[in-house]
Amino acid sequence: MPKITFNLNNKDITITTAYNRRLLDVLREELGLTGTKEGCAIGECGACTVLLNDQAVNSCLLLIGQVEGQNVLTIEGLSTKGELHPVQKKFLKHGAVQCGFCTPGMILSAHALLHKNPSPKEEEVKEAITGNLCRCTGYKQIIDAVMDVTKG
Amino acid sequence: MKKNFSLIGKNIIRQDGLEKVTGQAKFADDYTFANQLTAVMVRVPVAHATINAIDYAAIENDPALTAIVDATDIPGAKKIGAIRQDQPIFAYDKICTHGDVVAMLVGESHDALLALRDKIKIDYTELPVLSDRTKALDKDAPIIHEQYENNEIVHYPLRKGDVETGFKNSDHIIEQTYTTPLIEHGYIEPEAVTAILREGNKGVQIIGSIQNPHTTQNVVAAVLGWPLAKVRIQQAELGGSFGGKDDTMNVLSARAAVAALKTGRPVKIRYNREDSILESYKRHPYTMHYKVGFNNDGKLQAMKIDIIADGGAYSSMSPFVTWRTVVQATGPYEVENVWTDVRAVYTNNPYTGAFRGFGSPQPIFAQESLMDEIAVRLNMTPDEIRRINGFKAGSVTASNQVLKDHDVNLLTVMDTAIEKSAFRKKWRANRQNNLAKEKSFTIDEENLFLNKDDFVDPQNVIKRGIGLAVSFRGSSLGAEGIDAAAAYLSVQKDGSAYLLCGLAENGQGLRTTYSIITAEVLGMDIENIFYLEQDTGLIADSGPTVASRSTIMGGGAVKDAADKIRKRLEDILKPEWKLTDSDELVFKNNKVQNPKNKSQEMRFGDLCKLANSKGVSLSVIGWNKGPDVGWEEETGQGDAYFTYVYGCQLAEVAVNTVTGEVAVERIIAVHDPGTVINKMGAEGQVYGGVTQGAGFGLWEEISTHEGMPRELNLDEYLVPTSKDIGEIIPIFVEGKDKYGPWGAKSLGEPTLELTAAAIANAISNATGKRFFNLPLNLEELLLNRKLHKEDLQRGSL
Repeated sequence: MPKITFNLNNKDITITTAYNRRLLDVLREELGLTGTKEGCAIGECGACTVLLNDQAVNSCLLLIGQVEGQNVLTIEGLSTKGELHPVQKKFLKHGAVQCGFCTPGMILSAHALLHKNPSPKEEEVKEAITGNLCRCTGYKQIIDAVMDVTKG
Repeated sequence: MKKNFSLIGKNIIRQDGLEKVTGQAKFADDYTFANQLTAVMVRVPVAHATINAIDYAAIENDPALTAIVDATDIPGAKKIGAIRQDQPIFAYDKICTHGDVVAMLVGESHDALLALRDKIKIDYTELPVLSDRTKALDKDAPIIHEQYENNEIVHYPLRKGDVETGFKNSDHIIEQTYTTPLIEHGYIEPEAVTAILREGNKGVQIIGSIQNPHTTQNVVAAVLGWPLAKVRIQQAELGGSFGGKDDTMNVLSARAAVAALKTGRPVKIRYNREDSILESYKRHPYTMHYKVGFNNDGKLQAMKIDIIADGGAYSSMSPFVTWRTVVQATGPYEVENVWTDVRAVYTNNPYTGAFRGFGSPQPIFAQESLMDEIAVRLNMTPDEIRRINGFKAGSVTASNQVLKDHDVNLLTVMDTAIEKSAFRKKWRANRQNNLAKEKSFTIDEENLFLNKDDFVDPQNVIKRGIGLAVSFRGSSLGAEGIDAAAAYLSVQKDGSAYLLCGLAENGQGLRTTYSIITAEVLGMDIENIFYLEQDTGLIADSGPTVASRSTIMGGGAVKDAADKIRKRLEDILKPEWKLTDSDELVFKNNKVQNPKNKSQEMRFGDLCKLANSKGVSLSVIGWNKGPDVGWEEETGQGDAYFTYVYGCQLAEVAVNTVTGEVAVERIIAVHDPGTVINKMGAEGQVYGGVTQGAGFGLWEEISTHEGMPRELNLDEYLVPTSKDIGEIIPIFVEGKDKYGPWGAKSLGEPTLELTAAAIANAISNATGKRFFNLPLNLEELLLNRKLHKEDLQRGSL
């Protein structure tokens, strides 16, 4: 089986696995990073969102071979030195979490938006998370949380 | 008088927030166990058949297969169900719906098992498929379960007064038929569960995405033929449920347990979305025939209601769901003469059960559409007709229950919504606008070029509408079940505490609500409360986490536990401080103080240490039993619920008359849930419930062909996204009640049940047309027919 090297959560790692496994499965099953969730397996719900070179992508639609040499960030890599990322803090402050299953993907989509556009309009926030389904919150407190990050 | 609370009604960060924003929270599929096996379901591609034989010969010796598990492996009950035991764990005599599973292949590789599945030979004889609920009780209808004489699961009559005289005395009569579709819960986490055999004679441990651990315990114990205590159910972090992870999870847990018993290894079942939508139960589709008589002054005289609910292949919760329907079918209105029949029937469609709202969103759509139609007929505004007939203090319901002992805030919530939106002015203006005659378009055979006038002016394409809906809703289970809940509170000698309630976290935030209640009573830091894992071994059966009963029932139990501990602490402190029993102490800011002598003060932790040194136990079980309620089965009369909540939602929409697209611009949601304990959580319930309600009103529908769902994933089943709904404004009117912790009652379901009805009324206000069939998509708004030819008969057209 081939060796695949990529940067995961700011660390270079090399794993030995078949090229055609989904990134989602490798993260969850090989690397124990279960913060990335499977909701639909067809790229509709966004629960499996990770960042690939700072862009939000569905890890259920990516094969592990495709991330060779790339940078992957999962929810586990977002907070640094035990300090929550501002998006995580604002999610807590605004009650943007209910069951929490969509939360990792939602936070990463929001983070990807803010990376590109540090002061988005509300419509841009809605657009950025439109690929992340949430059945609990009606999105309102999530949108408020993301907007609040821009205020610092 | 309003109490001066420290925490109640404030914004408090979720108990379980940290693990959820960091990805550490462990959901059912995040657990793995050494040596665990995986499982694949074997189904038959028909909705109705007799099973003649299953031939496993082609796969039996395959190395990828550890075991085949089917009904022959079940030591105990082969069929289960809350009221009727009609649902097989593994189908063995017949197939009643597409989701049925005849066997489960267990092994190490999921992919290898999938390849084996196709090699099994199943010999079956197809039977005629019953998919139309309105034909389920016909004489020649195929019988789904032969042990019953017909397809009727349950029939609830309600008889009050004399409807025929009522209709005779009415100036007007309106009759309409309404339909609502099959709805998928759409929790983002699909089902997962693992069963692990424990050492020696300890039995089985099950951990999964389980809504009601004690219900699952009951089912698994029955299927294994074991004592209840030998079955330990743990709830993993639950990725949404909305009523949906009950029966399905009981069945999956039982299958996993049987497989673990057979193989001696942990067995995990995890569903993908297609498995989930195919097999899990859904919201009941309803066909509702309403006949209402009323006078020129607007007063309702009589209502005759005939409702058929599609229970699908199994009875599941149908007897409970449709019971709430019969209680609430006339809506929050005084009607002296009522004749209601609500029936749930078997078909070969996916089975239906509990889903947030639970038999109320459907009749609310019907009755609130009807009230607006009456208003228009009498040239009144929608709020006027509701003010004339709506419940007030002392009003009598259809089941002859007098509304008392709480604030009957129906009209208060409606007036609050109306004032917030300038409702009457907008409603009248929109109505004038839609009455303006639309330009007709004719083809001139001589000249096929379009004139400038023939083009649609984009300015005139959008029509705006405003509409409202109101409801009353019985809190908790009412006469449908035993209503009691337990809480365990164990305060440690340093003042920190373990807390657990028998009602389970579903994501709605009950851990936070219960922690707030505890911290409020004891004046302790909420950060010092550590919520325990939901485990049937740690807490008493408190009934299911349903019926918006967590705050009123579980919260009551938690408060009882905290009150008991507070009493014990006061009993220690008062003699020390030379106070009498009647002297009050203040528990606040992690301290206990004598308000009359502020030098008498002690840290909460020091007081707990003192209690410990005196041998006083600070571990208690709180208990809360609901008051008595009653129901006469033959007449549908009685005090159905011990208290009620009231809500009004008002929708403002923009309808594109060319595409049929409806934009929900604003929803004002005014609810009286009693006292609000957890403000941010309560608002979250409103935002989420309204959004689900809008989905029910506008987009969501599982359509079936010969009982087979067409929409099996989220590309076709349309759950609302962040861009699908406009502003939502939650407003709470906190009515008083003698029940519930500080009068806190229910909110989760009321938030969902009103939205579709309010949107439907707003669309009618915009277009001048009435609509009778949900969802209000392009097919309904523009075509007035379903695009799938064979789809079920609709209501009034």
